[in-house]
Amino acid sequence: MANEILNLTCKQLRDQIADGTVKSTKAVEAVFAQIEKAEPKIKAFLRTHKEEAMQKAADIDEKIANGDKVGSLAGVPIAVKDNICTSFSKTTCASKILEDFEAPYDAHVIEQLNAADAIIIGKCNLDEFAMGSSTENSGLQQTVNPWDADRVPGGSSGGSAAAVAGRMAFGSLGSDTGGSIRQPASFCGVVGLKPTYGRVSRYGLVAYGSSLDQIGPFTRNVEDAALMMNVIAGHDGRDSTSVTEKDAPVPDYTADIDKPIEGLKIGIVPRFNEGASDEVGKAVKASLDTYKSLGAEIVEIDMPYFDYAVATYYVIATAEASSNLARFDGVHYGHRTADPHDYVEVYSKSRDEAFGDEVKRRIMLGTYALSSGYYDAYYLKASKVRNLIRQDYTKAFEKVDCIMMPVSPTTAFKFGEKTDDPMQMYLADIYTIAANLAGVPGISVPCGFDSQNLPVGLQIFTPAFSEERLLRIARMYEKENDHNIVMPPLAK
Amino acid sequence: MSDLEYKVIVGLEIHVQLATRTKMFCSCELGFGQEPNTSVCPVCLGMPGSLPVMNKQAFEYSVMAGLALNCNIPSFTKWDRKSYYYPDLPKNYQISQYDLPMSEHGYIEIPLEDGSTKKIRILRAHLEEDAGKNTHTLGNFTAVDLNRAGTPLLEIVTEPDLSSGAEVKALAVELQRIVRYLGVSEADMQKGHMRFEPNVNLHITRGGQLYKTPISEVKNLNSFRALEGSVTYEAARQLDEFLETGITMESGNKRTYGWDDENNRTVLQREKEEAHDYRYFPDPDLVPVVMTPEWLDDIRSRLCEMPLAMEKRFVTEYGLSEYDAGVITSEKATADLFDNAVKAGADPKRVCNILTQTGAKLAKDKECSVAELGVNSENLTALAKMIDDGDVGASAAAQVFELMVETGDTPGQVAEKHNLIQKSDASEIESLVDAVLADNAQAVEQVQAGGKKSKKARGFIMGQVMQRSKGQANPKVVNQILAKKLG
Ligand SMILES: [Zn+2]
Repeated sequence: MANEILNLTCKQLRDQIADGTVKSTKAVEAVFAQIEKAEPKIKAFLRTHKEEAMQKAADIDEKIANGDKVGSLAGVPIAVKDNICTSFSKTTCASKILEDFEAPYDAHVIEQLNAADAIIIGKCNLDEFAMGSSTENSGLQQTVNPWDADRVPGGSSGGSAAAVAGRMAFGSLGSDTGGSIRQPASFCGVVGLKPTYGRVSRYGLVAYGSSLDQIGPFTRNVEDAALMMNVIAGHDGRDSTSVTEKDAPVPDYTADIDKPIEGLKIGIVPRFNEGASDEVGKAVKASLDTYKSLGAEIVEIDMPYFDYAVATYYVIATAEASSNLARFDGVHYGHRTADPHDYVEVYSKSRDEAFGDEVKRRIMLGTYALSSGYYDAYYLKASKVRNLIRQDYTKAFEKVDCIMMPVSPTTAFKFGEKTDDPMQMYLADIYTIAANLAGVPGISVPCGFDSQNLPVGLQIFTPAFSEERLLRIARMYEKENDHNIVMPPLAK
Repeated sequence: MSDLEYKVIVGLEIHVQLATRTKMFCSCELGFGQEPNTSVCPVCLGMPGSLPVMNKQAFEYSVMAGLALNCNIPSFTKWDRKSYYYPDLPKNYQISQYDLPMSEHGYIEIPLEDGSTKKIRILRAHLEEDAGKNTHTLGNFTAVDLNRAGTPLLEIVTEPDLSSGAEVKALAVELQRIVRYLGVSEADMQKGHMRFEPNVNLHITRGGQLYKTPISEVKNLNSFRALEGSVTYEAARQLDEFLETGITMESGNKRTYGWDDENNRTVLQREKEEAHDYRYFPDPDLVPVVMTPEWLDDIRSRLCEMPLAMEKRFVTEYGLSEYDAGVITSEKATADLFDNAVKAGADPKRVCNILTQTGAKLAKDKECSVAELGVNSENLTALAKMIDDGDVGASAAAQVFELMVETGDTPGQVAEKHNLIQKSDASEIESLVDAVLADNAQAVEQVQAGGKKSKKARGFIMGQVMQRSKGQANPKVVNQILAKKLG
């Protein structure tokens, strides 16, 4: 019974809870039984909230039994990345500096999940302040890839991806600044969607790179991603970068999800597959063949400024991060050093003691990029290149409906493999970063396995605010294979 | 040293707190004197995950001020972060405007003592959020109150066009009048709604050569007296210093001073300006502001006549003295009250007298403004006409005004009720005069004898008549009758 429930998708579970076939309390029990079994191996969660979850599930069950109206995710257990503020429990960003921070408010997406009657079961591990590509930079614990305990789950939303892959949640939320949803989704073999910038409110997301950050879902299939999008997308007056319904209405993402796109034109940049490992390249090519067999046309495109995306990203993201993280100073928020000599030491020692190396590295980079005398050479130039990258997408989308490429050059790498060489680590995001600079939506869909049985992800981009199209294109592929129903070894 | 000449050069940075109900980027209410840290929320506390949202009213207020200062209002404005670490700054950056302020290149016309005016160029005016307040009364600890954090401030920067303490004060007074006329700031100096930072130095010519003294920046002045005093003091101090040391301006010798209010002098705070790198960059949490022509027109339509223009009009059109015009226009509601009464047909000088004499005295007693006394312009016009028509005398008019304030009645009602209507019935007054003359034969003799005592005796008789009429006899009529009877 428990396993049967765990194998349901969000949508199946929701439907069965709604019609009384399955009780939400049973789903929560099943999830926590799975957590008991798999979590000691995977360590996806920083905290779980069984009691509150059970209570809420019982309330939902009662409502349903009474025939009361319930939300669109009623009773479904969901996990949330721990850089999204919740009024229950802590929000740590996996950092020692925020180890004890309890937000007095819920993020917009948490309010939306609550309004949809979802059950939030816990907060997931991440790279400290969402800075990283492997979740090895967590200041609090190490999450492993459910497919191989020696390998990273990807990052920075590694905990959220591993929780869904490990069948410990039916869906989860992550945040994506340079690929932090899509890359761990591909490493863990689940679906991960980064929505258009401005589509989902950032209110309550602890900022890393404000102009790049976007919250999005992890699910086991594309339809569930659409279901999650229905809940979290939409305007929020508390985020001035949140786009209004008037400018970009939110459609029902699930409504036409099963309708394939007729005469689909797929743009590919041939040299991108050359940058990927053979096995990743092969899997991506095979998925393109699947699309061809469905009637799609492959069109070669050129994105000349794509090569500058990583450099541009590390200037803009770190500049914003250096400013966003200034408030964690031992005075206002976070750890305070024990015996400061003067008030300058309150700042410097508190920050030195509690920030991890990667966070310090990025703060230093960003501070340097914004310093007088360097601003023009770095930040300003990066902003200009960012516009060119945006134009790359705009021009490409004049010719094609979507762009496809790998998510990551390789499948999940081993712990420690790249930690000594930050540049190697940064290049792991080479395919994902440009979408954040341009603000366009991107999705990672499982498209096979390599010879070591590690999942490979296919990445798809569409123009801004066309998530509906993006989901339909992804769904076309998903229906043709069953990668997403395979259970990873560590979940067993 | 007889060939030495010098000019005082002053530029001002002014912070004006806008009179919005809520803060610049959140919905916390602005207040004064609340319990520390009670008017705060996640946004103005800079809590992780919180995001700012622009207060549209604050932006519109600042545009109104920019227009009144004859500034150019660009169609595109953005927000920048200014970084520095300080306990009263919750995010350790301040949201401000760096290279694209919401207004620039304007001027303010200030009245000078000789009756002329001078244009002081405005370099720019931009919007920003205020920081909180640190207090250092807890020994080794600093207490931080963030109620003020996020308060909308308009920072106005002038060109160094001012050349004396008096001019600097005149600008401050004029700016206060302008923002109050617009209703965009209460501009209450005691509450710190206007804070000034003059940058002062001297251009000295000696022996045909020009010397510039090092610039002093005097921080955080919040009274006209301190502002004027600090500039005057600095000018004198810098001259002395130059004569003694010959020191001139070089990069890096700008100094920061505070003002010692008790001893009327500036006090050196920092010898060297700390080399600050604020690392300005566009705030990614806030979308830029695009000012459409329609929006700008709408804001422009909310402007009113500016105080100095009104003051000039009252002199040229209404014939007020410059002094009276200045007094009447010191506050918009009073100026409007006056203007409306005159437009309805009252004599300007007459209304002016009522307001600047009786009105001002009463307002002072009640600790309010003249307009706040509650007399409307129709009643004011009516009172002025009654005086003109001889229906009430000068001293009775003052009484009528006071009673109008108390009761809210029209001047006619008040005068009637309290028997303050002046009597002009010649026959009635004549019989009064006759009675007085009969009772004071000695005085009559003295008048008729002429000479030294004549004038005094005539005054005595006049006083007796007025007394017997209980002040209601029209003095003009009394005089006419006396002239007839006494020659
Ligand atoms: Zn607030």
